[in-house]
Amino acid sequence: MTDAHSLVVEGITLGYGDRTVIDDLDLVVPPGRITAIVGANACGKSTLLRAMSRLLAPRGGQVLLDGKALHKLPTKEVARTLGLLPQSPVAPEGIVVGDLVSRGRNPHQRVISRWSSDDSAAVAEALRMTDTLELTDRSVDELSGGQRQRVWIAMALAQQTDILLLDEPTTFLDVSHQVDVLDLLTDLNQRRGTTIVMVLHDLNLAARYADHLVAVREGHLYAAGDPSEVLTAQTVRDVFGMASSVVPDPVSGKPLVLPIGRHHAAAEVGRPVEV
Amino acid sequence: MTAVLDQAAAVDLVVRGRRRRTLRRAATIGGLALLVVGVYAFSLMYGQTFYGPREVYDVLRGETVPGASFTVGELRFPRATLAVLAGAAFGLGGITFQTMLRNPLASPDIIGISSGASAAAVVAIVTFSASEARVSLVAILAALATAILIYVLAYRDGVVGTRLILIGIGIAAMLDSIVSYTLLRSAVWDLQTAMRWLTGSLNNATWEQVQPLAIAMLVGIPLLLSQSRGLSLTQQGDDSASSLGVRVERTRIVAIVAAVTLIAFATAAAGPIAFVAFLSGPIAARIIGGGTSLMVPAALVGSLLVLSADLVGQFAFENRYPVGVVTGVLGAPYLVYLLIRTNRSGGSL
Repeated sequence: MTDAHSLVVEGITLGYGDRTVIDDLDLVVPPGRITAIVGANACGKSTLLRAMSRLLAPRGGQVLLDGKALHKLPTKEVARTLGLLPQSPVAPEGIVVGDLVSRGRNPHQRVISRWSSDDSAAVAEALRMTDTLELTDRSVDELSGGQRQRVWIAMALAQQTDILLLDEPTTFLDVSHQVDVLDLLTDLNQRRGTTIVMVLHDLNLAARYADHLVAVREGHLYAAGDPSEVLTAQTVRDVFGMASSVVPDPVSGKPLVLPIGRHHAAAEVGRPVEV
Repeated sequence: MTAVLDQAAAVDLVVRGRRRRTLRRAATIGGLALLVVGVYAFSLMYGQTFYGPREVYDVLRGETVPGASFTVGELRFPRATLAVLAGAAFGLGGITFQTMLRNPLASPDIIGISSGASAAAVVAIVTFSASEARVSLVAILAALATAILIYVLAYRDGVVGTRLILIGIGIAAMLDSIVSYTLLRSAVWDLQTAMRWLTGSLNNATWEQVQPLAIAMLVGIPLLLSQSRGLSLTQQGDDSASSLGVRVERTRIVAIVAAVTLIAFATAAAGPIAFVAFLSGPIAARIIGGGTSLMVPAALVGSLLVLSADLVGQFAFENRYPVGVVTGVLGAPYLVYLLIRTNRSGGSL
């Protein structure tokens, strides 16, 4: 992709009811790269992602998609550029995989339109990439957690957006499926140049798979940049309130966070730091 | 795992799968439609006197056939037509709410919307002796007001289905007691009228009752069908639907107004025929499978339910029962079953 779409967050303030969750936050999403957003529970990272996908109107500031205010663009137009996989989407009872993935084509269809060969091609490609082709006729209800997550990703892929946002795509998956999903997203990024922004819980996987790491603390941007620079023992202490040792990951060379905790730490690591 | 397919083979697989499912769906809907037509034709012919297809056809063409002209033309024809229209309207209204709130209990006859229409109609007729047209108007306004009231009462940082359903059940009980009270106090009280407003009945159906409903359906059905794809997508959750380009709020508002209109006009015409709205959607889902819009099949199932229940009510027993009594007998066990099932799975409603 030569002219990737740009997604920029400008001084955004977000909240529910009288509670402010994100306060005056700026963020530039690097086009064509993988961005991971990390932070403690309830720091506002999912809220931020919802605003970036037009689901939550900002109280102040704005999100710019290609320089235009995201919340003023028509829903369908946004849906052709920017896709979102929410944290826990619900599959309608009894729907088969093929039909669920086909729903990703909705933004490309008119009110009264026939299913086109483009639509079939997009769905077929999405099924192939996610390795779910052999599940096409199965009911989503009877799939395992890992299969189901791949099917949801297939739906988002069938949407063929240049930007894909994912809210904790690896939750509820065992470690091998977590790696599968992240590998798949990396394939997508490398083959199609899709810009990926995801909220991740696992710091080590975030550091491994992201080109750009964003750490959010209590509604503010704490740090953003290359994972090797952002993910330090200091960051972990400030953002998660946890003492840790950060070492180079022997597999990837990216930072690897080792929590210290109150027990089991060897003497030379020292007592946990009071935070 | 099967061998990795190339793109062409994968496209072929997708296309064939879609074609197979579309055909199966079309065949099922066609079958349902044929059944409705069959039972409709049967209810024109069958009764205390049987008239053959030839005679019925002649009556429908406007020719005078001794005996049949009155029995078929004046009694059975409006009655069966009202059954089809009211059934379809209830089926559509029911599936719209059930889809929207992702809960089979969220049917308008459970959450008080039909009761709102009933109560207003009864008060209008008994207290103000209102005309048929005015009764319809009052019923639809009351149904809309009830829908808004339930929505407002259930609103707290967004609407949660369960809260809305429980509040709706409470409102329904209050409105039903207004119906009973008004009927008891009224001078023109008679069993026929009472049954119509308590459980729904097609007795004494006339074209004057059919007409407003037919007009409402001509407007309401296209409106509702235009939202059916968006509505199906909202089953995935509002966030997911919205990111697929659905304008969730607008879809919901248009669908609510259209569905409430259908329910209100059907209730004004035939009374709140018990449980038809509640049953049609789940039956249609069982027949047709998930993943596509259930509007058309639910409408057909609704028609079929009302037509057959009315036949059963009229002819299966020694006494004649209004249609709502028969559908009530069908619906109540299903309601209990749903409650038991949700209890067993440890869930809330």
